[in-house]
Amino acid sequence: MLVTIPERTFNLARQSIRSLCLIMLLASCTCVFAQSVQLGTLQDRVMGTELKTVKLYGAGGMGLDAYQSGIFISGDGHILTVWSTVLDVSDIFAVTSDGRRLKAQIVGIDPNLELAVLKADQPPPAFFSLADSAIATPGERVMAISNLFGIAAGNEMSSVQKGVIMTITDLKARRGNFQSVYQGPALIIDAMSNNPGAAGGALVNLRGQLLGVLGKELRDTSANIWINYALPASQFKQSVQSILDGKTIARASVARKVVDRPTSLPALGIALIPNILSKTPAYVDLVEPNSRAAKAGLQPDDLILFVNSQRISSQSSLLEELNYLDRGDQLALLVQRGTELREVIVRP
Amino acid sequence: MVIGLCTGNAVAADRPEVNPTVLEAQQQRVEAMRRASTATVAVFGLDGGGGGSGVLISPDGFALTNYHVSSACGDHMRCGLNDGRMYDAVIVGVDAVGDVSLIQLLGREDFPTAPMGDSSQIRVGQWCFSAGNPFGLAANRQPSVSLGLISGKNRYQYPAGTILEYADCIQTDAAVNPGNSGGPLFNLAGEIIGINGRCSFEKRGRVNVGVGYAISINQIRTFLSLLKSGRLLDHATLGATVATDDAGRVLVSNILSTSDAYRRGLRYGDEVVRFADREVNTTNDFKNILGTLPKDFRVPIDIRREGKDQTLLVRLVGIHTSNQLVKIVEMGLDGEPKEEKPNEKPNEGPPDSEEKDRPDNRDNDQDLPQVDPETGKLLPGVPDKKLAAAMLESRVGFSNYFYNRKQRLDIAKRLSEWGNYASLTSLKLKGKLAGESTLVELTIGSDDVNLLLGSRHFQYKGDVSDAIAERRQGGLAVALRALKELLQNGPEKIGETVYLGQLPVYSSQSLKLSEQSWHHVMESSWYDAKVRYSWDENTNQISLVELFGDEGTDPAELYLDNYKKFEIEGQQFMFPGRLRLQFGTEIAVVVDVDELNSSQASTPITQPKPEVLPQTTEPAKVESNATEPKDGTKDK
Repeated sequence: MLVTIPERTFNLARQSIRSLCLIMLLASCTCVFAQSVQLGTLQDRVMGTELKTVKLYGAGGMGLDAYQSGIFISGDGHILTVWSTVLDVSDIFAVTSDGRRLKAQIVGIDPNLELAVLKADQPPPAFFSLADSAIATPGERVMAISNLFGIAAGNEMSSVQKGVIMTITDLKARRGNFQSVYQGPALIIDAMSNNPGAAGGALVNLRGQLLGVLGKELRDTSANIWINYALPASQFKQSVQSILDGKTIARASVARKVVDRPTSLPALGIALIPNILSKTPAYVDLVEPNSRAAKAGLQPDDLILFVNSQRISSQSSLLEELNYLDRGDQLALLVQRGTELREVIVRP
Repeated sequence: MVIGLCTGNAVAADRPEVNPTVLEAQQQRVEAMRRASTATVAVFGLDGGGGGSGVLISPDGFALTNYHVSSACGDHMRCGLNDGRMYDAVIVGVDAVGDVSLIQLLGREDFPTAPMGDSSQIRVGQWCFSAGNPFGLAANRQPSVSLGLISGKNRYQYPAGTILEYADCIQTDAAVNPGNSGGPLFNLAGEIIGINGRCSFEKRGRVNVGVGYAISINQIRTFLSLLKSGRLLDHATLGATVATDDAGRVLVSNILSTSDAYRRGLRYGDEVVRFADREVNTTNDFKNILGTLPKDFRVPIDIRREGKDQTLLVRLVGIHTSNQLVKIVEMGLDGEPKEEKPNEKPNEGPPDSEEKDRPDNRDNDQDLPQVDPETGKLLPGVPDKKLAAAMLESRVGFSNYFYNRKQRLDIAKRLSEWGNYASLTSLKLKGKLAGESTLVELTIGSDDVNLLLGSRHFQYKGDVSDAIAERRQGGLAVALRALKELLQNGPEKIGETVYLGQLPVYSSQSLKLSEQSWHHVMESSWYDAKVRYSWDENTNQISLVELFGDEGTDPAELYLDNYKKFEIEGQQFMFPGRLRLQFGTEIAVVVDVDELNSSQASTPITQPKPEVLPQTTEPAKVESNATEPKDGTKDK
């Protein structure tokens, strides 16, 4: 988990020393802000950032939180946030730091970054210009601003936390048993920033410049610990601009080649209900005894919602998804059984 | 880190020049943390269990902690400081709703203290630090310190049940872990800005997840003198609720017709603009303000009705009945879902072999040596453990009745300086209506009171609530009779008397809470009413006598000022020169006193010596206003 960006690995010792110095320097500097002539400077920057962040409220229930965070990215009220089930409503409510309650709707999504751009019905009090975002360096002091735990009720402002960029590394994380969709570079933070509701919040440096956006709650794949991270602005700048320009972002296919020996429903021991509509839901009709699916505990009437982290909207999307999965792969299915969401792991 | 150590020289060589102001700021922070650590307390139960934190606020050992810490540790605690010593401590006052307790450490008059800051001045993004005893780590007496930011302010955290409401609290990312409860949150100047008490926990387990909450020190400052009364305190309710309308205005959505707010003119649909000197823009604002106010407080509420603004002065009542409060405290805090509990493993506290042979406090009362009621101290050489046991007095409705009695005795002693009122059987005063020539004559006997107001005559005997309900000038006579009883017999003999603490007294025209002075209040049951005396410790004057009759009626308020010395039979007597009787905000009569006499002075009965604590639990036995009878006081 240390610095794994190749050109930096060679220089690990030097980097660490610099980082240490930087931490010490910044740690002392910030205290000056708080105490001497420049009293208020840091707080002013916090306040400036607060005005650019927004609290979002949407769908929830069944153990899922109905709130998350976002940042304003245009004077027209565009909001950048994470793409999640919270956004599964026609009108998303956005509460600004000046206490206004706006309605927002999805403009577009980037399925690869799991980010969404919304547009609010009123202009924001302030916004981040993505063009002016900064590049984070390990050891840099940062602040995370989000509505973690939904603490900021009513018109209260989002919460601010301090931290340090520990490292910048490729994200190797999972949500439940799903590998995270995004596996690119991430800013790893030493603060407990990625709590429920924090996703979509701002990560800024002490000058108030945007460094990234806090991601969804994930665990590290190997260590199994909850990680605190942000997507670097450099990773989403272009994609967000494309969405603002009205383009649709296709699901990236780089990592998703059609495999040589794809799996199939019969191979898993699953029969679905008759596929008679263009969007017939992926309801399980029968599970063959002693099959892989039966051993995993799949049951008739289960509705398959996700395969690994891919959303299944219909039987045809399930059949297509199976083309990407090798017969020997382990499958993680998220199914709805009655009113419950369950994870079913189908082993090879 | 290993790399850093191995290449230590390289670090030194590469180190950039550090601006001296930066180093100076660092030095200041280190110094603030050092000072703060001396006043930070590790709180344990007598058996070494419990395990929370606290902070000393006065050299005589008063320290703040959480109610959920003190309730787990018991009334007699053991507290560690970073001088390496353990001190005995006793519970003083409990605010269970606000999750605050006041305790007193014993054994020194020069405890190190931390100053209290002004939490209304904090800003989001400002640096702060927590200090305390997380995970029982301060069992070695060295508090843990953690630097963080103010993450949010004016946070409202819903109560668990009806208690542990964190209103207007401070959110920080300085580490607040189990065991930090009750410990201080400091600004970088080393001033206390809050008392840490609660955390947001989730699936990551009972450890800090970057969110801790502190009760604001300004709320605690409001409650501090009330906590010193040794009572179980309650928070306030207005008797009205508010809600935000579509236009974002905060409107009264419900109001009890029996409430003081209703009698002062608050009505359904009124827009609330300010409350207790603070702006109200949302329902949350209102709840934050109300949640930090104690029962019995009077505060201004600014309302807007049909475009017109007006300020009403309202009395707040308690959320709970006194029985409910007693039950809540008896039941303890088990089963609170979100509330932080101190470390429950007793083995993480300090193993203190001394404790094994501790005496059982309750059974040994007879053997206890006497305590000086003035200093609360034992004879030299008596261990603090025994002193602690002697300073604990249980009584229903009180966290520690010892402190309530002590406060009353202190006030009674000061009041005896007014003159030897005990030598007078009746008081006669003559004066005029303010600004008029109408004569006023009042005679207060032992059983009745007669008031001549010009040609009108009022006479009252016995029960007083009817006289209060009349809302007439005669209330003056009844209120003065209550004052005479206090001066003549002392607070213990009027009826059951309780010291409440300090509350604001609105004696001038100003209706701003911040402009009022706060006076010590004693409340006595008196006939079929309750009488409250507000006493100003700086002037040693009673500023206000209030008579509370039936519920739903305004109390009679007698404001007293212009104090003068009157001479009766060669002796000096202090007495107010101006009396103003008021019901609600309506003035009934103002009288200037010209003469004070006794219709007959009598030889005082033999004065019993002041008794000392804690030989008795019956307050009535303590003759506190006893003074030496002076020569020349004779029966006429």
